[in-house]
Amino acid sequence: MVVPVRLSAAPKPLARPVLYSGFHPGAAMEQAKPSFPEASIPEHRHADALIEVLHQVQQQRGYLPAEALAQVARDLALPLSRVHGVATFYHLFALQPPTSHCCSVCLGTACFVKGAGVLVAALEQRLGLRFGARSPQRRDAEGSDGDAWSLREESCLGACAQAPVLRVDGQLVLGLPVSDPSRLAACFGALALPDRAAEAA
Amino acid sequence: MASMLRCCSASGCRSAGGEALQQALVEARSRAGAGDGAPVIKAVGCLRLCSRGPLVAVDGPAGSVLYGEVPSARAAELLEACAAPPRAAAARRALASHALDLRHPFFALQEPVVLETCGLIDPESIDDAMAHGAYSTLHRCQAELTPAQVREQVRLSGLRGRGGAGYPTGLKWDTVALQPPGPRWLVANADEGDPGAFMDRAVLEGDPHRLIEGMAIAAWAVGADQGLIYVRAEYPLAIARLRRALAEVQARGQLGSLRLRVRVGAGAYVCGEETALLASIQGRRGNPRPRPPYPAQLGLWGAPTLINNVETLAAIPAILRRGAADYAALGTAGSRGTKVFSLSGAVRHTGLVEVPMGTSLRTIVVTMGGGVPGGEGADGGVKAVQTGGPSGGCIPAALLDTPVDYEGLRALGSMMGSGGMVVIDQATGMLELARYFMRFSVAESCGKCVPCRAGTVQLLQLLDRFCDQRASPADLAQLHDLCAMVKATSLCGLGQCAPNPVLSTLRHFHQEVVSALAVAPGGAP
Repeated sequence: MVVPVRLSAAPKPLARPVLYSGFHPGAAMEQAKPSFPEASIPEHRHADALIEVLHQVQQQRGYLPAEALAQVARDLALPLSRVHGVATFYHLFALQPPTSHCCSVCLGTACFVKGAGVLVAALEQRLGLRFGARSPQRRDAEGSDGDAWSLREESCLGACAQAPVLRVDGQLVLGLPVSDPSRLAACFGALALPDRAAEAA
Repeated sequence: MASMLRCCSASGCRSAGGEALQQALVEARSRAGAGDGAPVIKAVGCLRLCSRGPLVAVDGPAGSVLYGEVPSARAAELLEACAAPPRAAAARRALASHALDLRHPFFALQEPVVLETCGLIDPESIDDAMAHGAYSTLHRCQAELTPAQVREQVRLSGLRGRGGAGYPTGLKWDTVALQPPGPRWLVANADEGDPGAFMDRAVLEGDPHRLIEGMAIAAWAVGADQGLIYVRAEYPLAIARLRRALAEVQARGQLGSLRLRVRVGAGAYVCGEETALLASIQGRRGNPRPRPPYPAQLGLWGAPTLINNVETLAAIPAILRRGAADYAALGTAGSRGTKVFSLSGAVRHTGLVEVPMGTSLRTIVVTMGGGVPGGEGADGGVKAVQTGGPSGGCIPAALLDTPVDYEGLRALGSMMGSGGMVVIDQATGMLELARYFMRFSVAESCGKCVPCRAGTVQLLQLLDRFCDQRASPADLAQLHDLCAMVKATSLCGLGQCAPNPVLSTLRHFHQEVVSALAVAPGGAP
């Protein structure tokens, strides 16, 4: 069946807020389009670019806001359920805005064997957060959440030879000294992790 | 030969200070005055012994030395070590404590085939790769052989899929090539999701042109004119280098009419399964579908699609250059050639090893890896070796003499998997490890079929009871039954293999399982 394509560029929309810029469904489609004879290409094939489009949105917005998902669905002529289904299936797509700081612990096998559990416990205490949780939202007038942290797990980062591994705000930290609490605390200090436990005391 | 400093620029070494060290070397060189004789400083791929990173190899008139854990402050001495013998000697003496012995079994027993130029070439320079022979095998194949002859060579080499299942590569290529006329696709599976595995990352980061050349040969042999490389998003450096390599090679016109592109995953382990991978490429949830039809018959956009793992494709240029017979001379009767393993966990020397198939676990883990740090005895303090990730199992120290090949590991209830090898020491409980893998399977189950979606959750709850010492003998019986059911009835490999870590624990560490049973009121377990 041939589905009519509706591109966002065609009708001039009423002043719609710009949810994500620089994205051209046509270009993404072009990238995704195989060089089959035109006749065999079903019109709905641009839906194949969905994951790439979601990556682009997340890169620009930091996460996937509900309005952006709706717009992606319109642009790609897909049911919103399909867009939502894909966005929730993949671990790396976030439906919530990210905290300004993020600390993630690799839970690969080597890290598990080399004491990632101890690392998680130490971080939970230090940041005053449960594993998988984030600091409560306290956004100020500028929309900044100040010093909010989240503590979460990360699938294997492939740095198994230097386990256990941590990622703080995108920076990879290797070979943490989990068997020595004071050196571990010094490492956390060097990474500028706030010491919520000490602040509370 | 001009003297040269090869700095490991794989993501591990980079984060361990390699990037800073390389910067310090460049600065030290310009301070010293960069004349004609100044050493070349080159960023290269993985130099293998990741645990001693950052690694720098010094090639000078006085020979080659590999240095590990060198602080940036000693950059000037490293430069000196490249000089002619009388000057270099003093610097090399001063750096002696950082020198790594290349005659150590960790290096000496390696048989680099897939990794033959990894660590020698600059992964961001196509000129350097081509100076080391990249794309020459492709052109020779296209000039001297027919596609059928290339497939025959691959078949004769005995190469089997390195992603885990071990399907004969030549057979897969023939299946795709012999489909009715029409478009064909080629996909490189670089969705290396097994926790504890980083072989493909090393190839992508250290030698992307080898993968691209392997893909170009495969595409030509099966008649595909389009290809995709599906890389997991957790490897940003690999993605960047691959994209750069593709842009360069396409600008040079080395690939002819073949078009290759990179697709980035979004964090789903199940997408390493081939039908789930195809769904993901086509913008859908990564749900597997039943086979047949196999992707070789019905794949991307309905066209026959050849899907091979990165390491499989990276072995192709070497196989065709050396000849099938030469490659097949390595390894065992059922498993030819070499395999790259990522050695990690409780072992002294961690990193990347490429050895002929059939090498014993003891050789890899104890002789090359040095056993558990501080471990003693013939087994080097090793309690078990985990292979195959969440789909594999644990092999106890008593069976360390097992030759590592597809059938050998399967017979022990584990599997080759993609090549992750994690050494377990006495401090790690096997039931906790089994529970760790089951948690992984629960989190990564796509939810399409019931045995995997619900069965893994039930298995996890049973394992919780064991780990908390409140399991009854009835729980043990149920654990056995449920494992058998999930294994037999799940739709894809993820579900079918999810019970393997539990089954191998039940089989090889039965004593540990029995002693975890709750103590009954009467006193006996």
